[in-house]
Amino acid sequence: MLEIKNLKVQVEDKEVLHGIDLRVNAGEVHAIMGPNGSGKSSLSKVIAGHPSYRVTEGEVLYQINFQPRNLLELAADERAREGVFLAFQYPVEVPGLSNFIFLRSAFNAAMKHHGAPEMSEDDFRQFVLTKMKLVNMKEDFLDRPVNVGFSGGEKKRNEILQMAVLSPRISFLDETDSGLDIDSLRIVSDGINRLRSKKNAMVLITHYQRLLDYVKPDFVHVLAGGRIVETGDASLALELERKGYDWLLE
Amino acid sequence: MNQPKTTTKDAIKVANPPANSEFNSEFNTDYKYGFVTDVETEEVAKGLNEDVIRFISKKKNEPEWMLEHRLKAFRHWLTMEEPAWAHVRYPKIDFQAIRYYSAPKKGGEKKGETQGPQRLEDLDPELVKTFQRLGIPLMEQKRISGIAVDLVFDSVSVGQTQTETLEKVGVIFCSITEALQKHGDLIRRYFGSVVPFSDNYYACLNAAVFTDGSFCYIPRGVRCPIDLSTYFRINASETGQFERTLIIAEPGSYVNYLEGCTAPQRDENQLHAAVVELVALEDAQIKYSTVQNWYTGDKQGRGGIYNFVTKRGKCAGRNAKISWTQIESGSAITWKYPSVILQGDSSEGAFYSVALTHDYMQADTGTKMIHLGKNTKSTIISKGISADRSSNTYRGLVKILPSAEGARNYSQCDSMLVGPSCQANTFPYLEVKNKTATVEHEATTSRISADQIFYLQSRGLDMEATVSVLVNGFCQEVFKELPLEFSVEAVKLIEMKLENSVG
Repeated sequence: MLEIKNLKVQVEDKEVLHGIDLRVNAGEVHAIMGPNGSGKSSLSKVIAGHPSYRVTEGEVLYQINFQPRNLLELAADERAREGVFLAFQYPVEVPGLSNFIFLRSAFNAAMKHHGAPEMSEDDFRQFVLTKMKLVNMKEDFLDRPVNVGFSGGEKKRNEILQMAVLSPRISFLDETDSGLDIDSLRIVSDGINRLRSKKNAMVLITHYQRLLDYVKPDFVHVLAGGRIVETGDASLALELERKGYDWLLE
Repeated sequence: MNQPKTTTKDAIKVANPPANSEFNSEFNTDYKYGFVTDVETEEVAKGLNEDVIRFISKKKNEPEWMLEHRLKAFRHWLTMEEPAWAHVRYPKIDFQAIRYYSAPKKGGEKKGETQGPQRLEDLDPELVKTFQRLGIPLMEQKRISGIAVDLVFDSVSVGQTQTETLEKVGVIFCSITEALQKHGDLIRRYFGSVVPFSDNYYACLNAAVFTDGSFCYIPRGVRCPIDLSTYFRINASETGQFERTLIIAEPGSYVNYLEGCTAPQRDENQLHAAVVELVALEDAQIKYSTVQNWYTGDKQGRGGIYNFVTKRGKCAGRNAKISWTQIESGSAITWKYPSVILQGDSSEGAFYSVALTHDYMQADTGTKMIHLGKNTKSTIISKGISADRSSNTYRGLVKILPSAEGARNYSQCDSMLVGPSCQANTFPYLEVKNKTATVEHEATTSRISADQIFYLQSRGLDMEATVSVLVNGFCQEVFKELPLEFSVEAVKLIEMKLENSVG
């Protein structure tokens, strides 16, 4: 579904990714772990199309209409409409824009892109209410401005709600577990698990094993110093929990 | 008592756009209405003196009292100082370098009546083309559109549509020049009753040299069956536009009035100093909406319209209602405070405003709500959006006089900033002289950040949709006050202009 080939990326003229190779197939869940500043967040932002990151080499192949396309040639919003999703580490507040209008605009933008009819306001409300149950959110969240005054946990749940509404094909979840208490972590993990399917794929970016206790990954990669230095199965995460990262960084 | 004035100054940064995104907006930044119409015009020489005023008055075949009124205003104006308190900067205006009368020449000139074309069919085809480019419904479209339109081109009014529909119910809607001929008594009674010539510098100048504008009279108990609309356009160069609008709503009547403005792109600054007076009698309601899109000047701040306008309404009777809704998106400098005098008991005034400034534009706009009557109520919703190097100021006064038992005001002033070099200021003045009054004021400053734009785009919204949801979210309370046929255009206008600044 997604194939990253020799991806090199700069931020403000400094290279932060030195040649990443990663292949993600439909139905898989990958975890990318690694110490602070290793380039984990950079990777997810590049995939989503953040304007501050400059790709100097490599490509990201992604199936669009059964054809591999270089994702890097698409603008951020096009990528999103083609089913690429980034759950933000720090979800952005948008005063004045209600969550409902936001979700509906995003949903209908994708519908329109795929030539499907837009959903009416009433139908969409019913639709989004069923999705909100996944992350245990109350209806009044819909009428509040996007992320404004939300607690850390509520913001992360709102990200998962957006994911549920947009049903992306590939999702990068950037430290979705950080700043969550145990209850919120369970709610968010439950939501993620229920959104897992054979048709979509997920890449979880995390510091800790904690999230992986709830969401079992098929593969675990260690990203350090802008490179993937180790790949293994779920047991690698447990090993990292015991031994730390240092043994991989020599 | 004077409340301490609050000032909000802020600036934000938007990161450089990447080459592969729609940050580099696909919208044409050119001013859509920047064309010049090639019509033969009849002009007076530049400069201002009593002879010019006599010339204008004679051109319009005015009654003697109006000429006297003009001259009185002119003599008073000579004693006045140009005001300097507004938060705007511009070189001193040379009032002798402005032309005070310019009219399209061709057209039926009939029996000593007012000069200029009398019927739509008589219009210069070039002029008709201009109005078509402005998107004004004329000729065949006039009935379908359901809006009666008065067009003011430079100094004279060039035609109205929908006259028959209005005549049936007794509504008078014509140019002020025509009204002076046919309804002199009404004009004499109300002209200057809300904005006296001595009111302020520009209003005084207007009283001396006003050339045309719209007159509207809604008889007792009549709900005006269609929306009334005036489009103003400045065409000739170095010409000022000084229009005068007077709307009278008799007891129990209702009217929805729309005003649109454009001007061609020119390097020099042009002066527009209009006066609008509204009179709402007992149980009458006037809703006045403006979409102001005068030429703003270019990217370097050259040229553009100086929009120095006095708009005021008087709720003269019990339960009268006046609301001003304005979308201010044009002009190099805007200086404008549509106000309401709440004289009748239980009367209501409202001001809903979206003011967008970009590039080097400067806007100092707001309202005055003067509470005189008992249980009077006023609402102020102001949304300022500043981008680029522009300066956007809200200035408002809520004055509650001792007689205004139980008066209420609610004010909300929100500013949104786009880019690192813009400015937003808020000056809400309150003078409360009655202890039973309730006054509420809320203000916020927010910003469009690169993070917000990326966040929305990462959810599939393109640049157009991103700006649209942000603007609509911010301005919702004002947009919903606009009449439907106006709001689509107005919202699009703001979105397009902002898109250029965000991109």
